[in-house]
Amino acid sequence: MASDLHDMGVAQLAAKLRDKEISAVEIAQHFLARMKAHASLGAFLATDETATLAQARAADARIGAGESTPLLGVPIAHKDIFATTDFPTTAGSKMLAGYRSPFDSTVTAKFADTGMVCLGKLNCDEFAMGSSNENSAFGAVRNPWDAQRIPGGSSGGSAAAVAARLTPAATGTDTGGSIRQPASFCGITGIKPTYGRASRYGMVAFASSLDQGGPMARSAEDCALLLSAMCGPDLYRDSTSLDVPAEDFSGQLNQGVAGLRIGIPKEFFGEGLAPDVRAAVDITLSQFEALGATLVPISLPRTELSIPVYYIIAPAEASSNLSRFDGVKFGHRAKDFTDLADMYKKTRAEGFGDEVKRRIMIGAYVLSHGYYDAYYLQAQKIRRMIADDFQQAFTQCDVIAGPVAPTVAWKLGEKSDDPVANYLADIFTLPASLAGLPGMSLPCGFGEGGMPVGLQLIGNYLQEGKLLNAAHQFQLNSDFHTRKPGGLA
Amino acid sequence: MSKLVQGYEVVIGFETHAQLSTQSKIFSRAPTAFGAEPNTQACAVDLALPGTLPVMNKGAVERAIEFGLAVNAHIAPRSVFARKNYFYPDLPKGYQISQFEIPVVQGGSVEFFLGDDKKSVRLVRAHLEEDAGKSLHEDFIGQSGIDLNRAGTPLLEIVTEPDMRSSEEAVAYAKELHKIVTWIGICDGNMQEGSFRCDANVSVRKPGGALGTRREIKNLNSFKFMQQAIDFEVRWQIEQIEDGLAIQQATVLFDPDTGETRAMRTKEDAADYRYFPDPDLPPLVVVPEWVERVRSGMAELPRVMATRFVADYGLPEYDATTLTQSKAMAAYFEAAAKACGHPKLASNWVMGEVSRRLNAEEAAIDKAPVTPGQLGAVIARIADGTISNNAGKQVFEALWSGEGQDVDAIIESKGLRQMNDSGALEKIIDEVIVANPDNVAQFRAGKDKAFNALVGQAMKASKGKANPQQVNDLLRKKLA
Repeated sequence: MASDLHDMGVAQLAAKLRDKEISAVEIAQHFLARMKAHASLGAFLATDETATLAQARAADARIGAGESTPLLGVPIAHKDIFATTDFPTTAGSKMLAGYRSPFDSTVTAKFADTGMVCLGKLNCDEFAMGSSNENSAFGAVRNPWDAQRIPGGSSGGSAAAVAARLTPAATGTDTGGSIRQPASFCGITGIKPTYGRASRYGMVAFASSLDQGGPMARSAEDCALLLSAMCGPDLYRDSTSLDVPAEDFSGQLNQGVAGLRIGIPKEFFGEGLAPDVRAAVDITLSQFEALGATLVPISLPRTELSIPVYYIIAPAEASSNLSRFDGVKFGHRAKDFTDLADMYKKTRAEGFGDEVKRRIMIGAYVLSHGYYDAYYLQAQKIRRMIADDFQQAFTQCDVIAGPVAPTVAWKLGEKSDDPVANYLADIFTLPASLAGLPGMSLPCGFGEGGMPVGLQLIGNYLQEGKLLNAAHQFQLNSDFHTRKPGGLA
Repeated sequence: MSKLVQGYEVVIGFETHAQLSTQSKIFSRAPTAFGAEPNTQACAVDLALPGTLPVMNKGAVERAIEFGLAVNAHIAPRSVFARKNYFYPDLPKGYQISQFEIPVVQGGSVEFFLGDDKKSVRLVRAHLEEDAGKSLHEDFIGQSGIDLNRAGTPLLEIVTEPDMRSSEEAVAYAKELHKIVTWIGICDGNMQEGSFRCDANVSVRKPGGALGTRREIKNLNSFKFMQQAIDFEVRWQIEQIEDGLAIQQATVLFDPDTGETRAMRTKEDAADYRYFPDPDLPPLVVVPEWVERVRSGMAELPRVMATRFVADYGLPEYDATTLTQSKAMAAYFEAAAKACGHPKLASNWVMGEVSRRLNAEEAAIDKAPVTPGQLGAVIARIADGTISNNAGKQVFEALWSGEGQDVDAIIESKGLRQMNDSGALEKIIDEVIVANPDNVAQFRAGKDKAFNALVGQAMKASKGKANPQQVNDLLRKKLA
């Protein structure tokens, strides 16, 4: 009985807790043990049994008092980008090694308020910059489907932990695909909501105009439960928070897909798309047709431009956001220095990894006098055009579908010396990020090496319910999301 | 025509940082009070802890709108916050949030009198920004302390066109601006605490020539230093040019001890601030309804009040402008004028005797020991002939020193009542005529001075209690 616990999703665990078949403490203990047994995956950066069990006991007390909220007592783990008081917050960087935030992020506080029990903090690319999780200062994360492969990034720890059933739920953040791509690579379900839906307060900033938190779990049903809890206005702490009330996404899951117009952007199915990924995506799309949806050919003509646009805007914002890591107030400070400038230089040279430094330099360059107009301003213009292209497309369709990434997860080290190859692999997730649209990834098959393939769904603003419904309908008729990595007990 | 210095025309523009009088900071909820223990008024947002975000303080925006309305500026319906990126230990985020390309207040002007000349200085803009913290170098050996209490304090940076042509005009502008911001209550105006800091851009040129290269004098925190600094800077620049040397664009500091300015950094060291719109803050949208709401809540502005003083009280424009130097002074004048019914006399007294005493004691008008009602009573007694103007001053003095409270009682106790008994006065005048035959003769020969001497003698004989006008009239009648 207890051995099945980790195979249960959020909804199932919540039901068992409500029915008092099991306690939150028992569930937490089970997952804590499992996390230890699979520590070699490198998914967790921080755990604290005492803190976790204290939260579980508090949840049990609430259940005992007759409370029955949908997520009460269910475990979750948070990407180490979210500030938490109970666990250190490092953003995967040496710069913040051991840093303890004096406040909780809005998102993690909301989950805590619903009574979810935090299992710990999850590994990620340093400051969420990367698509393989190899940029973490605290070591790579291994893909549970193949330990020699990357889990994707930057929310690689989140995806690996959920896929390996070390936690039923995790938070991720997505700036250019950091929820969707690792979800795809690890065969789980993840959604990045509309920019502004989930508060950014307490998320260590990478690129402010793009960063957005979202849930990662095994099913769309679970993601709907989690997303309902994490969204909602936070106007007094995050000026970019949307003044849109929280929604019950779970209540929007059983609407069928008959008549749903699914836009298929031809630019997502070009030469760069690996045949195995294409095959899995194509089959899935025909299954949607079988369920009553119609496929509508559309065009997102500036898809390719999203790469240079993103790799100008995101580094520009990052170069400024990361200026606060200067050794003065918190975080790493170089031990020996001669003067202030030397302190800055050494602190930042020691504290940041290569990819972060690369992006800071790119960002500083594109914002510098004489280059701003040519790069940053131009990129902003094209960004608006990309958003307009989507609006054009949504006149013809309700959701857009395509691959999440051109390939399945690659081997550890395979692209680590080639940043541009990494950047190019973001091509299908960047457009929705630049437009601020909701996007999700759901498992839709397997490709080369038996690695999972994800289908990406992109919706119009605030249409998360539509995406989750479509994904749920597919999951009612498929079992990819319930498959377990081979070799995992 | 502007005043020339050694044949050079002086050109001055101002940038003023007015600290806005909000309770909390511009992008956080931490308090703004001055003088607290270091780092006790800085919250997570002010410390730039990871994950913190700025949220606009509406009170700061409203103060900017009030300023814009006070100087007849355009209130931008949409303005943008940008990040000014540079590294400094007291700048916690590594960038300052400031309005760069599109400020909230655009244009406008500040009008004031320089002597009898009415001047108008055009404003380019006024924009919202956050202050930095403070580096404390004195209290530590081999280290610097950082106090972030001030970090995130709201500032309005007010920028003029290079419209001023002398240090006197610059100081008059600064005083007028100081008056406006304190009048409308958006800034406490405390220059010592840094609530009102001026930077002066100074250049010189031959009349009609192109603008000279400017040097910016930073952080002028008193009107006295302002004038000294500009005067020194002007002389220095002229000397340089006369010596055949070019002026380098630079930022300079004024040292009050030496009375000199010295360069801090030149244009070559100018940093590239990599400005870009702050993605954490959406554009600031000010709808017309908001502007109107702010306008309707504002007190009467000084220039509107001055116009009213001219229209309602028949005051000269100079008086009206002077009396509206501060809200308290204007209120004091109005109360005194109403109490006596003689606005021009009240104006003379407030600008004269009252101001003189306040200046001597370096006191504010709301601390004046003589109430406007008492002053009005003094003026009324002068106007109705009960006492002379000089006696009025004695009464005022007695009120000021606390010798008495009631005007009529003071008049009586000091015996200041004018001689109204025409029989007694006639007797004095007759005696004066008899005792001063020379003066009488000279007057009859057409010398007016001799008449004045006779009036003086009569006043003296009455021990000052005679009404001078009455003495005048009687003397002329008797000598006719």
